[in-house]
Amino acid sequence: MSGEIQAEDFSFWYGETQALKNISVTLPAGQITALIGPSGCGKSTFLRSINRLQDVVPRTRHEGAIRLDGADIHAPGMDVVSLRRRVGMVFQRWNPFPKSVYANVAYGPRVNGIRNAARLDEIVETSLKRAALWDEVKDRLRESATGLSGGQQQRLCIARALANDPEVLLLDEPASALDPLSTQKIEELLFELRGSLTVVIVTHNLQQAARASDHTAFFFLGELIETAPTQTLFTAPSDDRTEAYITGRFG
Amino acid sequence: MGGVAVGDRIYRGVTTLAGLAIVALLLYIAVEVFTGGWPVFRKFGLGFLTSSAWDPVHDVYGAAPAIFGTLVSSAIALVIATPLAVGTAVFLSELAPRWLGQPIAFLVDLLAAIPSVVYGLWGIFVLEPMMRDSIAPFLQNTLHLGGLPIFDGVSYGPGMLAAGIILAIMILPYISAVTREVLMAVPRSQREAAFALGATRWEMIRDAVIPGAKSGIVGGIVLGLGRALGETMAVTMVIGNAPTISASLFASGYTMASIIANEFAEAAGLHISALLAIGATLLAVTLVVNVLARWLVARVGVRYT
Ligand SMILES: Nc1ncnc2c1ncn2[C@@H]1O[C@H](COP(=O)(O)OP(=O)(O)O)[C@@H](O)[C@H]1O
Ligand SMILES: [Mg+2]
Repeated sequence: MSGEIQAEDFSFWYGETQALKNISVTLPAGQITALIGPSGCGKSTFLRSINRLQDVVPRTRHEGAIRLDGADIHAPGMDVVSLRRRVGMVFQRWNPFPKSVYANVAYGPRVNGIRNAARLDEIVETSLKRAALWDEVKDRLRESATGLSGGQQQRLCIARALANDPEVLLLDEPASALDPLSTQKIEELLFELRGSLTVVIVTHNLQQAARASDHTAFFFLGELIETAPTQTLFTAPSDDRTEAYITGRFG
Repeated sequence: MGGVAVGDRIYRGVTTLAGLAIVALLLYIAVEVFTGGWPVFRKFGLGFLTSSAWDPVHDVYGAAPAIFGTLVSSAIALVIATPLAVGTAVFLSELAPRWLGQPIAFLVDLLAAIPSVVYGLWGIFVLEPMMRDSIAPFLQNTLHLGGLPIFDGVSYGPGMLAAGIILAIMILPYISAVTREVLMAVPRSQREAAFALGATRWEMIRDAVIPGAKSGIVGGIVLGLGRALGETMAVTMVIGNAPTISASLFASGYTMASIIANEFAEAAGLHISALLAIGATLLAVTLVVNVLARWLVARVGVRYT
């Protein structure tokens, strides 16, 4: 099983402001890890460091390392394009391209060099099925993606990320703008993905973290306070700040 | 309380009046120009638009050379300016570091501030000799394009191509400025979506930025076209001012704007009417282009989520 992520003393700065402080953690391959913590504590910054999307943010720097299956993602030999193919990402606000459903899902494979039409058809179908969207869109693959409902668009974005057949899927509060039913569909499909790839999900919703993850990591003011199997973290947190957060005393 | 209502009514009255005044002014100008040109429209009918005889001495007037010249010189300008302007805008908004981008953007904007007559002078003293000694020989002898009708014949300097090149430089800042605006308006989430799927910077620009900015880019091109169609001074100085239709871009020509500017001073009688009729035609062409443009911009627009 590949797709293990390891951070080692990873720190990150926006200009002079340090957003992450010496993060060291292992996110086990094939499992779901939830990142929780109050807003502004660095969850998105950490998530976006894993696929080096933070590279495009000007005036930032990092120290320490993040490894994907043991390989330093910032090493000179690491090609950022192929890293992003291996590490897919889904954003808080769904962001399909204003193109057809098909073109959205086929985008990743196309920019990564797959041209064969039959092969693309197959990838699109598989990815939409994995994202639990196939039945709803199989008759409207050529229609604009922006005509779908919010929940469908977000699952389309998941399908689009899955089309690259990544080893890791990063999700930044993917359901925070969705209704409970759409949220449930996303949680279910993530559960289905368990075992086939590593899932890292940022969430504000503690019930969601408790329900839908194997491990939970609690971030606070740029630090990683504790990481534990989800059950343990929610029932017997070892740090007072974790306990204060999960019992709703701040955040 | 009454004071507010009165103030409100006065305000509304004044703004309505101002709005109506603009419409009235526009209509008034259009009517004046059309009635001024009416004797010529009546005498030559539709033939005025299709005939290429322009002979003030015998009072025979056909606007075809001027219409042709306006359309061709504007088309040349668009063909040259569009890729340059869009390329500049993409460079400035997506690729250039700030310290380089801002001064270049300022210089490009400055192109729009240069008076038309200065472009004309530059055209006469720099572009025309260059046309004759370098550009035409390069196209004909180095690229061996002399066989094409559009690059046939001898270039003496002034002509359709010179006018097109000047117009291209003049409209470039407009297309570039509008394009830059709309590129920057493409949501960051679209760029990140492309990057996160393994797009290179170039692929991200091609697939996520340009399509989202397409309607704005078209809008900028149309704005540029509007400028090119009506541009007078610089074109008059370099186009050669001959009422002929020639396939060769090296040949002299005329545009609707330049024929009016060039001949109004010594015109009398039906000649004046003919120039007004050309003015009316230019007004109509500009109107059609603008309507077409609005329709086009609306058609290629995209909607995110
Ligand atoms: N582009 C940015 N420029 C400067 N500071 C930023 C930027 N993005 C985030 N930050 C700061 O970094 C800290 C962590 O932000 P973030 O990772 O978005 O937190 P979270 O996702 O946990 O809410 C916050 O204090 C935030 O203000
Ligand atoms: Mg966040």
